[in-house]
Amino acid sequence: MELIFALAVGILTTSGVWLLLRPRTFQVIIGLSLLSYAVNLFIFGMGRLRVGAPPVLETTEAIDPALFTDPLPQALVLTAIVISFAMTALFLVVLLASRGLTGTDHVDGREDVR
Amino acid sequence: MSSGMPLLAIVALPFVGSVVAAFLRQDARNGAAFLAGAVALCSATLTVAQYPGVHHGGVLRMSVAWLPTLGIDFSLRMDGFTWLFTMLVTSIGFLVVLYARYYMSPADPVPRFFAFLLAFMGAMLGIVLSGNLIQLVFFWELTSLFSFLLIGYWHHNASARDGARMALTVTAAGGLCLLVGVLLIGHIVGSYGVDEVLASGGRIRGSSLYLPALILVLLGALTKSAQFPFHFWLPHAMAAPTPVSAYLHSATMVKAGVFLLTLLWPVLSGTEAWFYIVVSAGLCTLLLGAYAAIFQQDLKGLLAYSTISHLGLITLLLGLGSPLAAVAAIFHTINHATFKASLFMAAGIIDHESGTRDIRRLSGLFRFMPITATLAMVAAAAMAGVPLLNGFLSKEMFFAEAAAYHVDSLLDHSLPYFAMLASAFSVAYSLRFIHGVFFGPPPTDLPRTPHEPPHWMRFPVELLVLACLLVGVLPAMTIKPFLATAVRAVLGPDTPYYSLAIWHGFNEPLIMSMIALTGGVILYWLLQGYLAKGLDGSPLVRRLKGQRLFEQVLVTLSWKWARSLDRLFGTQRLQPQLRLLVAFAVIAALWPLYRHGLEAGALPGTAFDPAFLLLWIVGGICAIGAAYQAKFHRLAALVLLGGAGLVTCITFVWFSAPDLAITQLLVEIVTTVLILLGLRWLPKRIEVVGEELSMGTRARLRRARDLMLALAAGAGMSLIVYTMLTRPLPDTIARYFVENAYSGGGGRNIVNVILVDFRGFDTFGEIVVLAIVAVTVFSLLRRFRPAPESVEAPEQQQAQDAYDRARPDRAVGDTLADYLTIPGIIMQWLFPVIGTVAVYFFLRGHDLPGGGFAAGVTMSIALILQYMAGGTRWIEARLRIRPILWTGLGLLCAAFTGMGAWVFGYPFLTSYFRYFDLPAIGKVPAATALLFDLGVFTVVVGSTVLILIALAHQSLRVPRSVRAPTTSAEPPMIAKEEV
Repeated sequence: MELIFALAVGILTTSGVWLLLRPRTFQVIIGLSLLSYAVNLFIFGMGRLRVGAPPVLETTEAIDPALFTDPLPQALVLTAIVISFAMTALFLVVLLASRGLTGTDHVDGREDVR
Repeated sequence: MSSGMPLLAIVALPFVGSVVAAFLRQDARNGAAFLAGAVALCSATLTVAQYPGVHHGGVLRMSVAWLPTLGIDFSLRMDGFTWLFTMLVTSIGFLVVLYARYYMSPADPVPRFFAFLLAFMGAMLGIVLSGNLIQLVFFWELTSLFSFLLIGYWHHNASARDGARMALTVTAAGGLCLLVGVLLIGHIVGSYGVDEVLASGGRIRGSSLYLPALILVLLGALTKSAQFPFHFWLPHAMAAPTPVSAYLHSATMVKAGVFLLTLLWPVLSGTEAWFYIVVSAGLCTLLLGAYAAIFQQDLKGLLAYSTISHLGLITLLLGLGSPLAAVAAIFHTINHATFKASLFMAAGIIDHESGTRDIRRLSGLFRFMPITATLAMVAAAAMAGVPLLNGFLSKEMFFAEAAAYHVDSLLDHSLPYFAMLASAFSVAYSLRFIHGVFFGPPPTDLPRTPHEPPHWMRFPVELLVLACLLVGVLPAMTIKPFLATAVRAVLGPDTPYYSLAIWHGFNEPLIMSMIALTGGVILYWLLQGYLAKGLDGSPLVRRLKGQRLFEQVLVTLSWKWARSLDRLFGTQRLQPQLRLLVAFAVIAALWPLYRHGLEAGALPGTAFDPAFLLLWIVGGICAIGAAYQAKFHRLAALVLLGGAGLVTCITFVWFSAPDLAITQLLVEIVTTVLILLGLRWLPKRIEVVGEELSMGTRARLRRARDLMLALAAGAGMSLIVYTMLTRPLPDTIARYFVENAYSGGGGRNIVNVILVDFRGFDTFGEIVVLAIVAVTVFSLLRRFRPAPESVEAPEQQQAQDAYDRARPDRAVGDTLADYLTIPGIIMQWLFPVIGTVAVYFFLRGHDLPGGGFAAGVTMSIALILQYMAGGTRWIEARLRIRPILWTGLGLLCAAFTGMGAWVFGYPFLTSYFRYFDLPAIGKVPAATALLFDLGVFTVVVGSTVLILIALAHQSLRVPRSVRAPTTSAEPPMIAKEEV
């Protein structure tokens, strides 16, 4: 399972980075989203993979930390998900505004002159 | 502490006064002057009152914890020496304020002037009274900043701007060196406290870091005190209003350097390095300054070079390293402050009343302003070192020290001759000041007819000159006790015997004095012919221009090198930048791999499940598909992106992260809606069949390179993740969170407790970011101009409207409204359901998966569905959608909940909880964290809705200039692209 998880992160990263290096703004926005999945999974994975051990206490006495998966990466990723939404929104709007102002959807605001 | 309050008041009063002055009306000339004078007088009086505390070698202290983690306190200390300096700063400060009241023109923004002056005074007092060196450097840089503002006060004047900038560059750069030097000293001593540092002189001098520390501290002090080779900024600073020069260049700014040298004298001096560096810098400055001063044509320029020279003298004395020389240095510091302040003021009066400071045009002013002339003559005589004036006494001490034996070297042997030469120069320029301005034929081409200034403008000069005279004639009754206190504070038990008598008999220093005086007079007489020519600059050293060198260095650094670096590494294009970033990250990650090799850890893996493999086969296809389709098939790419997101979401569920899964799913929905709304404004991009084949070789290479880079990044991530996942988890702070979530945070959902309680401040920052993004999106879209080809309604809508128009029984928009009737009704009925789910998520969040973030996104989905179902106008006629208000209220709610903890004496965001037993419902948790989570919820709803509807509203707007159908007839802008 660890191997699959690792490959999954790798595939998401590859697709994301590839799109990140493309010249069209929409490609970059999709690339960033894919990359943020990869990074979120990556951070989440730092707490190791555990099946059936959600960090929700069943009883309130005699708490054994070994029974639960690491909650800290989860807390980090939770806010990261919301922030990446905000980032996507901001970037989308900048993209639209730049498209309107410059007449092109190239990331540099003008077509390649090379 | 109680003894320290006056110290704090002395430093704080000027700053408070400065802020008050800054808010006065621009023409409140008298008010500002009165305020500044009162502040200076208060500080001076407070200082006088402290004298008994420092009189017998006592030290007053106060300290407040400032950076306790770094062991640095905000501390103030006052001993006899710093008392004397404080006295100098505050009393001359008061006189300068009084003088400035009459000097400054009503046309200038005078309150601003006094605000700067007071702030400068505060910073200077901060230096003098600092109890630790870091704080001293802080105030040091503050004086650089405020002197910049003061020198550039007449900012419409180019030379004032240049002078201010040069002074700031030189002194602030020196301040940086000083900071590093101080850090080194702190490292050697183990403390930054002045007392601790003063007590560990031997350790500092014996350390291997002594030399670097010494050089850095000296760089700071010598730049501030305008010592050779950093002296060039001071003459340019003369573009400042004269009161500023009188203050900065007599008693304060430039004296900060010698103050520091004196303060650290017991610690740093006495080594060969100290002797050679400080003495040679001081000697060069003394000679060059005095020499250049003779040939200045500007009165203030003459005084500026004379200041440089006198500071050189003080530096030289401190460099000698003998206790007697230190006494002379301290004494001369005071004397120089008094006569130089009065001379600057006199020069200002001459400028003010006659309209020029040019010695070539001034002449014979004695008949117009006899009193000012007499005062200036006495002060100039003190500067020249004429007997019965204070300058004479310290100059005698200087001669005695110059003649004495210090370190066996050529430098030491030649010192007496250089001392006499410099002294003769100073006699010559003092003579020039007096003779050139007040005597000779009446002036011919002055802009104004000179006359005596108002009495109160002259009053400070009178007072200062009186001080010069009193100290010169009756040293034992005036300055002696204070000097003794100051000297004892610096030298401690090593204080040597010294005498302040005017007559010591016919001894060596007296002979040297006589030679210097006569030599000076002869020199001036010999130079008459040359001076009459009125040439600019000094002969012999005319080409030696520190300023030009300085400018060359600046141009090279900030323009030439910066430009070539920019050409070499800079690009305005995004792709190369991102490519470099990714490549750099890959290489940075490869390096440890190369160094340490790669091995998987020993942690047994989780059991293999084919379903998970299948899941990620789908996920992988989605991700690659999205990457492939993003260029021409945006909708398809978006759907595939959503697919990858869903798979991610299921992965979270699989590996025990229900909270993440919920949030991810909800955010996925919102993101998709958002991008769908955005797609409407992105013009079509039509794939040209065969374009791929016609692609050039370069484009192919570029793609191949990017693909390699992407593959490298992906493979690297896979490797890191795999090696990490197979290693056991070390003991982290997670244990603390798990163990204390219930007992300390009152919740069973640990992730939520971390978010709203343990790490509540982070979450607070998070929602602030979210709110900022929402408001930014909103404001960016207010002036949104869509691309011309997407202004028209979409094709489908046009067809529907055309159909409506063709039918007499239908109104335009009916088909559009009918189109989603059934889904619309379902969506409308879903509103209460989703709303309830949101509330449910919110309420259970502290104990079960859910929480403010998830609930907030859910609620915004409910609202967005209504927009989709009924249309923007329909929904806004029925519901009050005020997302900006919600966002603001949410932020306030979270902030006030956090601040509530203050009321009970706890730090920000400390939460309180307990369980209540409610009849019929049972045990209900009530934590203040819930209130905080309510704030989070409201901010998330507000921001998300704001972002989405700001975008949705664009469809309703009528573009400002709907151009004729030609716009839509234009072909979509699809440039032929290579990549």
